Amino acid sequence: MYAYDEIDRAIVSERVDEFRDQVRRRLSGELTEDEFKSLRLMNGVYLQLHAYMFRVAIPYGTLSSAQLRKLAHVARTYDRGYGHFTTRQNIQFNWIALKDLPDALADLAEVGIHAMQTSGNCTRNVTADQWAGVVPGEIEDARVWAEILRQHTALHPEFSFLPRKFKFAITASDHDRAAIKIHDVGLRLRKNDAGETGFEVLVGGGLGRSPFIGKTIKPFVRGRDILSYVEAILRVYNQYGRRDNIYKARIKILVHELGIDKFAAEVEEEWKQIAEGPLTLDDEMIEDIRARFIYPDYAKLSDSPEELTKAKADPAFAMWLDNSAAPHKQPGYAIVTLSLKPVGGPPGDATAEQMDAIADLADKYSFGEIRVGHEQNLALPHVAKRDLPALWAALDKIGVATPNINHVSDIIACPGLDYCSLANARSIPIAQELSRRFADPATGRLIGRLHINISGCINACGHHHVGHIGILGVEKNDQEVYQITIGGRADEEAKLGELIGPAVPYDQVADVIEDIVEAYLALRERPEELFVDTVKRLGVEPFKERVYATR
Amino acid sequence: MTSPLQKKIKIHGPSVVTANRTSDGVVIWRTADHGWSTDLDDAAIVRDGETARALLTEATADDVGAVGPYIAPVTIADNGTVLPGNLREQIRNTGVTIELPAQV
Ligand code: SF4
Repeated sequence: MYAYDEIDRAIVSERVDEFRDQVRRRLSGELTEDEFKSLRLMNGVYLQLHAYMFRVAIPYGTLSSAQLRKLAHVARTYDRGYGHFTTRQNIQFNWIALKDLPDALADLAEVGIHAMQTSGNCTRNVTADQWAGVVPGEIEDARVWAEILRQHTALHPEFSFLPRKFKFAITASDHDRAAIKIHDVGLRLRKNDAGETGFEVLVGGGLGRSPFIGKTIKPFVRGRDILSYVEAILRVYNQYGRRDNIYKARIKILVHELGIDKFAAEVEEEWKQIAEGPLTLDDEMIEDIRARFIYPDYAKLSDSPEELTKAKADPAFAMWLDNSAAPHKQPGYAIVTLSLKPVGGPPGDATAEQMDAIADLADKYSFGEIRVGHEQNLALPHVAKRDLPALWAALDKIGVATPNINHVSDIIACPGLDYCSLANARSIPIAQELSRRFADPATGRLIGRLHINISGCINACGHHHVGHIGILGVEKNDQEVYQITIGGRADEEAKLGELIGPAVPYDQVADVIEDIVEAYLALRERPEELFVDTVKRLGVEPFKERVYATR
Repeated sequence: MTSPLQKKIKIHGPSVVTANRTSDGVVIWRTADHGWSTDLDDAAIVRDGETARALLTEATADDVGAVGPYIAPVTIADNGTVLPGNLREQIRNTGVTIELPAQV
């Protein structure tokens, strides 16, 4: 966990007072909606179809049990008893009243959380690998750098009015769980030949109307230079980014139009002016941030405790263990993913009761820490392996032990037309139906890793372009229809999926996905060949044939 | 940017003016007696561009009470019940089409 200092606390609490006053003035009519809108957005407050939506930042997906309990409290006190974890490692409350928002913000401030950087044309909440700091083989804890970036960019005047929003994602592992290639700037920690820590910097990734995979702008930037380097990127973007056309305003368009080489040259030029300046990080600064990440006092434990060996005799436990527990860098411990994708449930939602129970379990089994992944699941990052059977029983009781992590029913879905005012079509009911069709965990295992991503409009909050199967809701003659792509991926080999053919109506989507999965099972060379690899080998044609031959 | 009120307003059939209530975001409809209601049945129905503009103009003037008024289509059932004209408006009227997690 990261321990906030007095400065952080003062900023957060000043923000609450400021927003309370702004809400008061809006409700009394002193501020018009036009004047108020940008102020509320700066505090994560959107207006959706039925109500205001409140988006709270969870920097780099790390929460303490006290913070999760407070989120539960907000859900229960001011909302309808649940929250929705998003693909940006944020949480959203869907039913909150404007008049209650200052109180909700004040309550959250007590535990150091807020809604800054969750909206507006600023640098947004920095996202990171949800397993940072605990996964074996990472270069170092990516969150240290995410926090450095957060401190530098939060409320940075030069980066609070950019042409458009700007998102950083960061990872320190070979396997990319943070989807860095679909962010405005993606950072991958590396070591150079001299053993120095630094970053491969990618730029210009993003989904939405014009999707692009990020390109490497510089293969290695030393850690000490990272702030000045990203500042140079942001300055070039701030100067040349299109402010005249919202659809062309993201950095990906600028990179695409200039070409990566020209863009890189511009950044290099800018960087020359500021490298070795005040933004250079010295070891002391980095260590100061690093020192404020508090790591658990791990015990020396057996890596194959008897409790675990015995419990594996229960096939249900064994299946969950195999699916949801991952290796930890500390022997005797595991990282446990909690599925927020129950059969028939809305992806990423957790009730206040579940959040409270998870906070208690985190205290009991995970040193009080919880992680949020962009796949819309939670994780307990430090669980002693001997405690896994007891933890599983407790998780199962509260409905977050579905053994479907990375399986076909672990669907990423945006809120879609049930909530979102920008939506063309519903996402959640499609996800629910698919999770029912693929409810049997044995089927999920048979199919293997398969990511389905659903977005209710081209804004792509559900990352449909990079789903192994992507589903995009569009509207045609007042009807919901869905375009289906296959072969996308969001990891280190990130790729945009390819459209398989004409859009299909709402009530046919689940059948079509079943057809695609059946085609894959028939076409794969061996059980280990993943869905995306079969698509890569054969292209979309055989899948297209299967889907459209009879339709 | 041109305000919607300065553009020519075309409607294709019966319409209403709807918005979200400022204090809590709840869906509201403009009524014939210059107020707002949370019940679609109370909405003032307009059938031509000019009346629609007039209703939208007075609704927009109430910036304290409502956010983002716009014209939305409706259909009128044989028994006179007012029904939302498309899925989006139907969801705004009757709520999400799924069971809320806390109720499961
Ligand atoms: S993808 Fe579209 S429908 Fe879904 S949450 Fe984003 S803006 Fe809304």
